[in-house]
Amino acid sequence: MAYTNEQIAVMDSIIARYPRKRSAIMPLLHFVQSIEGYVTNEGIELIGQKLELATAEVTAVSTFYTQYKSKPVGDYHVGICTNTLCAVMGGDAIFDAVKEHLRIENDGVTPDGKVSLEHIECNAACDYAPVVMVNWEFYDNQTVQSTKDLVDSARAGNPIPPTRGPKTLRTWKQNSAVLAGISDGLANEGVQAGEPTLLGLKKAKGGA
Amino acid sequence: MSKLTPVLSANWDQADSFTIEGYKRSGGYTAVGKALAMKPDEVIQMVKDSGLRGRGGAGFPTGNKWGFIPQGDNKEHYFVVNADESEPGTCKDTPLMMANPHVLIEGVIIGSYAIRANYAFIYIRGEVTHVVRRVQQAIADAYKAGLLGKNILGKGFDLELVLHVGAGAYICGEETALLDSLEGFRGQPRLRPPFPAIAGLYAKPTVVNNVESVASVPAIINNGVAWFTAMGTEKSKGFTLYSLSGHVNNPGQFEAPLGITLRQLLEISGGIRSGHKLKFWTPGGSSTPIFTDAHLDVPLDYEGVSAAGSMLGTKALQIFDETTCVVRAVLRWTEFYKHESCGKCTPCREGTWWLVQVLKDLEAGKGSAADLDKLLDLCDNIMGRSFCALADGAASPIISSLQYFRQEYLDHLSAGSCPFDPAAATLFESAGVR
Repeated sequence: MAYTNEQIAVMDSIIARYPRKRSAIMPLLHFVQSIEGYVTNEGIELIGQKLELATAEVTAVSTFYTQYKSKPVGDYHVGICTNTLCAVMGGDAIFDAVKEHLRIENDGVTPDGKVSLEHIECNAACDYAPVVMVNWEFYDNQTVQSTKDLVDSARAGNPIPPTRGPKTLRTWKQNSAVLAGISDGLANEGVQAGEPTLLGLKKAKGGA
Repeated sequence: MSKLTPVLSANWDQADSFTIEGYKRSGGYTAVGKALAMKPDEVIQMVKDSGLRGRGGAGFPTGNKWGFIPQGDNKEHYFVVNADESEPGTCKDTPLMMANPHVLIEGVIIGSYAIRANYAFIYIRGEVTHVVRRVQQAIADAYKAGLLGKNILGKGFDLELVLHVGAGAYICGEETALLDSLEGFRGQPRLRPPFPAIAGLYAKPTVVNNVESVASVPAIINNGVAWFTAMGTEKSKGFTLYSLSGHVNNPGQFEAPLGITLRQLLEISGGIRSGHKLKFWTPGGSSTPIFTDAHLDVPLDYEGVSAAGSMLGTKALQIFDETTCVVRAVLRWTEFYKHESCGKCTPCREGTWWLVQVLKDLEAGKGSAADLDKLLDLCDNIMGRSFCALADGAASPIISSLQYFRQEYLDHLSAGSCPFDPAAATLFESAGVR
């Protein structure tokens, strides 16, 4: 697909944030994913042109980072934490059950293209274990059943909203734009903190 | 009486704590005016005098780091926040930025002013979309309020602040890998010296500080050195966020003076999972050697944890009860290090791969007792032999688990399989959801 003039202008504005333009490579890769869903050859060539880099240099960066995908993922990309703590608390059981439920393996996509699955590393929410992320939004304190319900709701096109995040779960492409630094105006939605985050403060104030 | 001292977390229970209005209502953005009225060197001296040490794991004194930046060198200086929180178990900076991104921005302005930087970056991990939204909005609102940009608060200080979003690489939490990543390269650690204070971002003098360290600065400016040093222990001053997770009744964030013990934190929070007992725990993330129930009274400050054979690290207290197989836990951490090794240094790249192979056999009850010595030999051959500390971190859980739980490894061999039922360790086992 050809990028529109408007999209090219956004890329220029991303480059303009930095003192040296090569620094823009990561947000530009997120931006390409927001347009095409994954890092395409065309996206790599365009970034190379913009930053005056060889395509091999752009590819070298793109393939280093796991969030950049070399093939399409689902509209709703599900990450189940199987690092030690979440795995022990139930992440392994959730991951096994969801693979079976969706009949896909790690890095797989459902045939309808709606949901993809990946086991992920620690996502900095251990006090909410077991943790599941969809399009990198928090789904806290998950169980086998709650995660099955979550992926079913996503396949039906009406995903359960995140625990700590916007009121409505956005698609993979929409959230990729946020990671590229383009505001979607949803920062005020959702809680400021979940209960575990507030527990110490509550105890300090004499709460039970 | 509670030993807790909420400072960073003090306003988190306000529904709008993440907005500029909410932050200002709780006294936010009052420190920046005071700091900009001081000379930059006075700000550095104040942070030095406070004894504030890096909260990202290494514990290096923050004020000293700032003091290393050469002055009058006619070079650009850069202030970079390490918000790439990824150390397994660590979950403090992420909720901090979700609940109050402005305290971090206020710290960035003060730190940048102190080291004479006019460009600053917050390098945040890419897997936390909503936290990215909150920090994005906070930066935009700070610009609108004249707290970023040209002539901040009319004091003649200019600062541009850019939020840079990572893309899923644990190694970018290592400060020189972070800088390579920010320059647009693969995130791989650099050989030091030169240290970032001399040749950091774009080979210019650069400070890299953890989120919690930077966010602690406004309170020090506002309340003074004596207030800060009254908390904590002799060489570990002040308050910090302890993150309690795992087999406990009530996990969460607890802000307390440095030197509190796990026993005290468990008493405050509600104890180990009911009906179970503590088996092992990490004091500061998976890269810090594990502790057991013999370490409940170790003071959780830099010296206390170090004297007991581990490291304070990120104060990520991951708690595991007797249902947890230590070999399984260590294998999973080791798989993590293998996956996240950037591949630059051969001992780490190859060594973590071999560690996984040996541990997989042991966890499955295969292999032999000689493999335990092989594990230690492998650890010995990767520790201290790489550019960064990732390989050291990989060795920590292995060496410490063999120190405290050698028999459990042997039990796998005599049983010919793992003697633990993983279902018993899950949080929903009793509910029968499986």
